[in-house]
Amino acid sequence: MTAFPSPLVGYLLVAAMLFAIGLAGALIRRNAIMVLIGIELMLNSANLNLIAFWRFGPHPEALTGVMFALFSIAVAAAEAAVGLGLVISIYRHTNTTELDKINRLKG
Amino acid sequence: MSPVFYILATLTIGGALAAMLLKHLIHAALAVTIAFAGMALLFLELDAQFVGFAQILVYIGAVAILIVFAILLTRGADLPKEGVFSRSWITGLAIAAGVFAVIGWAILQSIDAVPQRNAVPAVSVHDIGNALVGRYVLPLEIVALLLTAATIGAVIVAMHEKERSR
Repeated sequence: MTAFPSPLVGYLLVAAMLFAIGLAGALIRRNAIMVLIGIELMLNSANLNLIAFWRFGPHPEALTGVMFALFSIAVAAAEAAVGLGLVISIYRHTNTTELDKINRLKG
Repeated sequence: MSPVFYILATLTIGGALAAMLLKHLIHAALAVTIAFAGMALLFLELDAQFVGFAQILVYIGAVAILIVFAILLTRGADLPKEGVFSRSWITGLAIAAGVFAVIGWAILQSIDAVPQRNAVPAVSVHDIGNALVGRYVLPLEIVALLLTAATIGAVIVAMHEKERSR
């Protein structure tokens, strides 16, 4: 099974695919929660790139990729908590989570 | 490339695609959980055990549950009448396809330049712990502060507001 010249290329292509799927979801879905899920997928695919470069890079003992991915997971968790709190707050004001209908800054 | 990689890549991409295409938000949340699990297994396949288990704990244990809570609290389980995709979906799809084309082209152009190291890195959780409280202690403290601020901020944002006196 040597479809790719290097295993790293396979992981990079999977990460690019996931990033594109997440971006498409964030751009085309109507519901605010689905947009947040798309953003989570994009963050995850970036983590996959970091880990893949750490695994196949020249200095894995420096742990830079692992540390970057761990901190990125922590920041993504904080982002998800605040984002979903905002969605719930907006729902309470406007009674909808559809982004096409949320078009006023004044509550 | 091992067959395991192809299976995990198919699982992850399939889960992500299903999450973005399914109509019911609950089904989409389950599909994205599959995508998160596939990603954690890909981390394990890449010999990053600690990150893989952190991914399972944080994403499947916390973020997926949070998403389900948000869907149920906002009555998102009802199907929208006007479809799930926005009016300008074709533009969004074109932008995403363009981004994927550019990244894929860049990856395929740099095949000869990517590192090829195949030895399994000998890194234990012990090393990660030492690095976290040694070289990376300042980022660790900043992340702790960020998580505290995010928790308080999320509670304040989502807290029930009092009726304003008129």
